[in-house]
Amino acid sequence: MTLSTLHTSPSRNREIAPSSDSITNTPPDFSGGTWPEWFLREQQKAWETFLTIPQPRRNDEPWRFANLRATDLSEFSEAGSVHDGDALIARSKGFTDFAAKLVFANEQLIHREAAQLPSGVLLQPLEQAAREHEGLFKKNFMSTEVRLGSKKFASLHRARLRTGAFLHVPKDVVIERPIEIWHWVEGEDVAIFPHTLVVLEQGASAIVIDRFVSSRDERSLAVAVNDLTLGEGSRLSYVGVQEWSDKATAFHLNTTEVARHGNSTALQLNFGGSYIRGESDSHLLGEGSRSVMLSINPATGNREIDQRTFQDHFAPRATSDLLYHNALADSSRTIFAGLIKVEKEAHETDAYQKVRNLMLSDEAEANSMPGLEILADNVRCTHGATSGELNEDELFYMLARGIPPEQAAQLIVRGFFGTVLERLGHPVLEEHLGALLDRKLDL
Amino acid sequence: MTTETKPEIDIDRSIGDFRYEMDYAFDAGVGLNEATIDYISDVKGDPDWVRAFRKEGYRKFLEKPMPTHWATKDLENIVFENIRYYLAQGQQAKRSWDDVPDDIKETFERLGIPEQERKFLAGVEAQFDSEAAYSNIKAAVGEQGVIFVGSTDGLKEHPEIFKKWFGKVIPSGDNKFSALNSAVFSGGSFIYVPPGVKVKHPLQAYFRINAQNFGQFERTLIIADEGAEVTYMEGCTAPKFETATLHSAVVELVAMKGAKIQYITVQNWSSNVFNLVTKRGLAHEDAEVKWIDCNIGSRLTMKYPGVVMKGKGARGEVVSIALAGDGQHQDTGAKMIHAADNTTSNIISKSISLGTGRATYRGMVHVPKHLKGCKNNTECDALLINSHSRTDTYPAISVRGQGNAVQHEASVSQISAEQIFYMQQRGLSEAAAMSLAVNGFVNDLVQQFPMEYSVELKRLIDMEMEGSVG
Repeated sequence: MTLSTLHTSPSRNREIAPSSDSITNTPPDFSGGTWPEWFLREQQKAWETFLTIPQPRRNDEPWRFANLRATDLSEFSEAGSVHDGDALIARSKGFTDFAAKLVFANEQLIHREAAQLPSGVLLQPLEQAAREHEGLFKKNFMSTEVRLGSKKFASLHRARLRTGAFLHVPKDVVIERPIEIWHWVEGEDVAIFPHTLVVLEQGASAIVIDRFVSSRDERSLAVAVNDLTLGEGSRLSYVGVQEWSDKATAFHLNTTEVARHGNSTALQLNFGGSYIRGESDSHLLGEGSRSVMLSINPATGNREIDQRTFQDHFAPRATSDLLYHNALADSSRTIFAGLIKVEKEAHETDAYQKVRNLMLSDEAEANSMPGLEILADNVRCTHGATSGELNEDELFYMLARGIPPEQAAQLIVRGFFGTVLERLGHPVLEEHLGALLDRKLDL
Repeated sequence: MTTETKPEIDIDRSIGDFRYEMDYAFDAGVGLNEATIDYISDVKGDPDWVRAFRKEGYRKFLEKPMPTHWATKDLENIVFENIRYYLAQGQQAKRSWDDVPDDIKETFERLGIPEQERKFLAGVEAQFDSEAAYSNIKAAVGEQGVIFVGSTDGLKEHPEIFKKWFGKVIPSGDNKFSALNSAVFSGGSFIYVPPGVKVKHPLQAYFRINAQNFGQFERTLIIADEGAEVTYMEGCTAPKFETATLHSAVVELVAMKGAKIQYITVQNWSSNVFNLVTKRGLAHEDAEVKWIDCNIGSRLTMKYPGVVMKGKGARGEVVSIALAGDGQHQDTGAKMIHAADNTTSNIISKSISLGTGRATYRGMVHVPKHLKGCKNNTECDALLINSHSRTDTYPAISVRGQGNAVQHEASVSQISAEQIFYMQQRGLSEAAAMSLAVNGFVNDLVQQFPMEYSVELKRLIDMEMEGSVG
């Protein structure tokens, strides 16, 4: 495997912004850089949209139960270069056997390894894709409306975006090994805007893992977007591993569009953050398409994990299946608001949605709003939400065998998350993420 | 397999579609302002505190926004200026059937309160328009010390009990429509059951709306003292009118320690009625409040009966059936507020959408911090009959702390083609087969209604299903 480390120059030369240089009050620099002119004009427009849309308010249904103070982003400023890029590259260790790896740090691509990619596959910075594959880029880059509440923040993302990953897999090309994309943030009160755009053509197949990591224990902001477009009969496994620092605020906005017989499986793991807002919007556009939406959320400390999901069935005979598991310790809070919508034409839909809250502390709080809107007939839709505590019998069994209470609880939590991992249907991913989970749970 | 059903929806509402000329002795006119409220207070001879309560309600009504950020935009079609807020016979509630005017009797005959039924009904509180036109409390109930009167009489004759709980379970500012009700309420029932008294027969009231653009704002307060038990039944049909009618009731239940209240509603307003109702019960220690709610009529119903379980071991239950026919929106649900240890609640909701009907379930289950042993179970099942029907489910569940168990389940399904085929094979028409299947779907809930209601319900469902299959 050849290892080529490249330190790309920042797309725009900027000094580290002073703290007064707020990302919400100071317009971004729309001149020059490596983006094409037309995109800069779009960014200008997005900035204006950002300014026009009001802050979320208490009575806004998409923000019900949310801690709105966390949505005031005025204290964050633009990120400069990182202190030691090489150190971050060295820390970007995930899969040993990967097809390709990109490392971004404070929105600069600092490392790219792509030796194992089949020919014809494009894996490049977004700005390059915008220049060289304008049609493809325009068709797929943030092309759907942000419907789950964060339109304002998606506009901010679009206005301030500097780079990101673009993956295009041509017709019938299968990439067996995972593609890993690392997004590092470094600096107190800085903001980054990570972006991953994946386009699979007909019959293509890929595994993409986004890793979101803080370089240090700092307060930072990430407004991350990923667009996943699945062509006919294509297959995608996507995993977002979020390990921001415990002080971080992050928005993770995900859109998945699945064409006829396409098959998408997406898993979000949330390990870090102070306030994490996740929005996952799945469009089942083609007949027989399938979208599996999974999430694993060990919530500790004062963390708030606020997740909104949408399973929108536009075509007949499609399947969507959502499973979110939250384990709530300390004073953590979770919010789950999910909607299954079966549009008029989407007959014979199979849609499932399940959220389970495991309450580990008296101070924790779980809010669940599983929703259904069914406009077609002959559908099978169910949803469920449960909140409960550790199973006494299981706990007793382990204590009787000399396992200390804390570890016994962790083992039960690990099992609780394991059932979600199994749904990936991918033993290698399952093992890799399972080991990560063990480390996180100190097992 | 696809269920191929392209039904023609033709709901037969002729049973409630009749009307008699009334001589409205008291009529507050159209629209609402402070003078209207003074007028109502004058006519009803309200004590000062009630007048002040109404004014406060009116102020809050003006303040409160329409809840359209979550509710249907159809609410915007209510023109408050075109509604009559008070209208009454100007009669005292009648004690015996003989005193009831003949034309009103005729209306009740058509409503189907059979003569013989009265024999075993403990009391009939028949609400005609906003004033109780007829009230008959069986001697036995009276002897037990049970108070069963119109709310107007209740607040005048029993202020010491009435005032203590009135507006306490549902503050007037709870929502825009409870505020409106607080401003202009008239009619409704007041029931007090003394400690330890178990009322054997259900108390019953029939409500009717009988004037164009006339809103009915009844106010019911039921108090079951320690260890008491009472069942109350509310059923309604309304004649058809050309323009929409607003119905906005407030019902408050108070179950003291160990008491049991069951409140049964069969709602069958005509399909131009906006039915926006606030119902809530307060359950003290070991008390039980159970709402059995069936919504068949109206254009838009928004009703989420709730129970606040304030005392340890209290129990709340909502059993709900909604049938949304062509052009109807049944937006119903339940609220369960757990406010003490070891409180349990159960919500069972079944809805059927046919034609262009839309059934919505909205639920709220709340378990605050530091409570132990709270349990909630919620089950929502929806049945879709046609391809234009719609069903929604929007629960919100908040649980804090460990030691509680909450579960919610919802499903949406169809009547399977196999079922229909099977029944047709055995000689049933498709419509009869559909009707049977729908009745089967709700059967376990219908059985929870008292016998005469469950018979009526089955008949209503059959009527709704008539002609719903082409």
